[in-house]
Amino acid sequence: MKKTVFLGALTVAGLAASAAAAGTLDEVKARGKMNCGVTTGVPGFAEPDANGVWQGFDVAVCRAVAAAVLGDGNAVEFVPTTGKTRFTALASGEIDMLARNTTWTFSRDVDLKFEFTGVNYYDGQGFMVPKDLGVSSATELDGATVCIQTGTTTELNLADYFRSNNISYEPVPIETGAEAVQQYNAGACDVYTTDASALAAQRANFEDPSAHVILPEIVSKEPLGPLVRHGDNEWGDIVRWTLNAMITAEELGVTSVNLDEMAAGSNNPEINRLLGTEGDLGGMLGLSATWAKDALAVAGNYGEVFEKNIGENTPIGLARGLNAQWTNGGLIYSPPFR
Amino acid sequence: MSDTHAQTVAFVRDTEIPPAPPPASEAGAVKWMRENLFSGWFNTILTVLAIFLIARFVWFAFPWFYNGVWDAASIRECRDILDGKTGACFAVLVDRWDHLLFGFKYPADGYWRPTLAFILMLAAAMPVLFSKFLPRKLMIFTALYPFIGFWLIWGGSLWVPLVVLAAIIVTAMIFRLVEGLEFGPRQILAGIVGVLAGAGLAYLLYQGATELWFISNSVSSGGLVAGLAALIFKVLSVFTFVMFIPMGIFVGYAIFQSAEDGGLVTIVTALFAIYVMLAYLLGPISGALNSVIPIELQAVPSRDMGGYMLCLILGTVCVSLSIPLGIVLALGRQSNMPLIKGVCVVFIEFIRGVPLITLLFVANVMLAYFLPPQSNFDLILRVIIMITMFSSAYIAEVIRGGLAALPKGQFEAADSLGLNYTQAVRLIILPQALKISIPGIVNVAVGLFKDTTLVSVISMFDIVGMIRGPIQQSTDWISIYWEVYLFAALVFFVVCYSISQYSQWLERQLQTGHR
Repeated sequence: MKKTVFLGALTVAGLAASAAAAGTLDEVKARGKMNCGVTTGVPGFAEPDANGVWQGFDVAVCRAVAAAVLGDGNAVEFVPTTGKTRFTALASGEIDMLARNTTWTFSRDVDLKFEFTGVNYYDGQGFMVPKDLGVSSATELDGATVCIQTGTTTELNLADYFRSNNISYEPVPIETGAEAVQQYNAGACDVYTTDASALAAQRANFEDPSAHVILPEIVSKEPLGPLVRHGDNEWGDIVRWTLNAMITAEELGVTSVNLDEMAAGSNNPEINRLLGTEGDLGGMLGLSATWAKDALAVAGNYGEVFEKNIGENTPIGLARGLNAQWTNGGLIYSPPFR
Repeated sequence: MSDTHAQTVAFVRDTEIPPAPPPASEAGAVKWMRENLFSGWFNTILTVLAIFLIARFVWFAFPWFYNGVWDAASIRECRDILDGKTGACFAVLVDRWDHLLFGFKYPADGYWRPTLAFILMLAAAMPVLFSKFLPRKLMIFTALYPFIGFWLIWGGSLWVPLVVLAAIIVTAMIFRLVEGLEFGPRQILAGIVGVLAGAGLAYLLYQGATELWFISNSVSSGGLVAGLAALIFKVLSVFTFVMFIPMGIFVGYAIFQSAEDGGLVTIVTALFAIYVMLAYLLGPISGALNSVIPIELQAVPSRDMGGYMLCLILGTVCVSLSIPLGIVLALGRQSNMPLIKGVCVVFIEFIRGVPLITLLFVANVMLAYFLPPQSNFDLILRVIIMITMFSSAYIAEVIRGGLAALPKGQFEAADSLGLNYTQAVRLIILPQALKISIPGIVNVAVGLFKDTTLVSVISMFDIVGMIRGPIQQSTDWISIYWEVYLFAALVFFVVCYSISQYSQWLERQLQTGHR
């Protein structure tokens, strides 16, 4: 009893020692590390390798922001979050930004009070079925059992799609992607639905990929991107323009190979502004003049990061598709650096 | 009259017939099978069915184990090696062995530390588990183990656990000293301690009320639930604002009054001493000592703990904390004093009425809202507190069952011997009640140990979290399933089965023939 009181008193004392809230940028600089929320693991997007070092497409965004702010791409504390804990972790200030395959939706942006700072991957929900099923379109799936991950937007999209097409289905709710694949391969469900990128990645690693088809219908828009809290626009700007810097660098042909050469000065004024040899874009963000160069030095531009982590030469094997530069018919487009 | 004589018959047996072997159907394996497997048509059907199922299982499982690949860098390489055959891909266990045991962030050159801590833990547990066969003096090592274990696993300066240990020893000495005081000095001490404790409590309550007000403001935006929560916090805050001075005076006065009896003064003084030592002296003293004689291991933050190590840490710490806490709660629930009884009943019933996973979510997510943004209340500590509370409520009910099973005569006998409450409980009641409760306690302990894997849902990487997250979702081992889960099942089985065997042995040891 007394002990409880004592512990309670300690807790209250802990509560009382609240710190004055400063801007996120100052906090990160003072801490010397940026806390970045990632998944507990999505192949190609965020996963610790055999040495325990985080790798992946989303991880690269975290590292680029950390390099832009602190000059060191390893000055990141990766905080793994689940689909259920990610938003509270960001809202409570446990993490400074979230780069976790999170779909930009109205309610998350407005009601949950987050600021999406751009899109680093345009995804959409698809369906995978065994070839034996003889189905060639999602509209033929009447009465099918569907494996679906709970707590995600895919679950809601599925209900919307089937309702609007007036067909019935039976959901098989599942917690993780690995479980879903196991169930699907064991025949517990006829259809597996999730983001098309994940479907492709999972299928590429099946024992016999050719026995499964991904149906042509993409039933939702899933723009995935990094996000920050409402209320600190300076910090939001830094995350937004770091991502834009990676995209612009690809557009302008700045790669990790020619970065130093370009940074010495070039004939293209936008490259000069981006890499800090002309103008003072870094100063406007409250960062050093070479912020974008530091960010690009970690893993290269958007295209390089894509190819290294999820591109066609990796086991994930995703084509650029919608995620090609706008100049190549994709949606990846950055406002100008001016 | 018979004409039969010895001389008239051709043969008379003059020795005993040597015993014939039993018929083939009544001996050996055949008999055993007939009695146990084919004793009737129903059992025969069941046997045949079982043999069929076992054979089917072996037919599938044996090649899977036998063809298992132990050396490959990824699941694709594994499949290439198997080349279409059925086979397990045990290479994942080799590749991610360290991660499964220690989590993926524990520094690789420090793996010897948790390993050593584990071996020492077994050594430290021996004197407690086999107290009849080992000298009691070995218990000193058991008492020291928490400090050694903490230092090995978390690292940092050796002086921190040493200073904490010193603080506990000094507190115990103060406790003894105050206990032996004459009435006069004790009354003076009670006055001083009463004023300090009253003022301190009032101050803390005031701070708490301010904090509650702050929380109520921060949650007030939003829907009905948030509004309701804000209202509750506001009411609590106002209540605390009104009460903090009276509460302080009341507690201070109560402590002063208790000078006659002495117990409360002693406890409060000891608590004061240890609080002051830990809050104000721990940092400077251990820092100073460390700068003079630096003995340091690389510090590892809590969030870097993972793998089976995390399950073992949570399991051992929570079980060993929740048994004493459970005893206290069970005794408190039997108490005649309404306040103590009420607190214990409310605690037990509340905790038992809430799922563990809810408590874990509160520990992980909700506390982050209530704590100020930069405060970093250690996550493992939060989880340990929650799991300990949870299991101590269950253990309290198990022990209450043991207490209820004791005949009333035992209590009365203790009273008639002139033993006071503490002596009666320690010498007569608890030894018997605990003996009855052993199966129940072990049941809770085993369950609790397995429940530690629930922390994987709050994104801590215990062994199941490691499997579900970084291993199954890595590009190399994407969607690997049976191999890793079988491994997890195996390591849990080893520990849980050992605990169960030990408890059965202990029951036999304590058997005194009442049953």
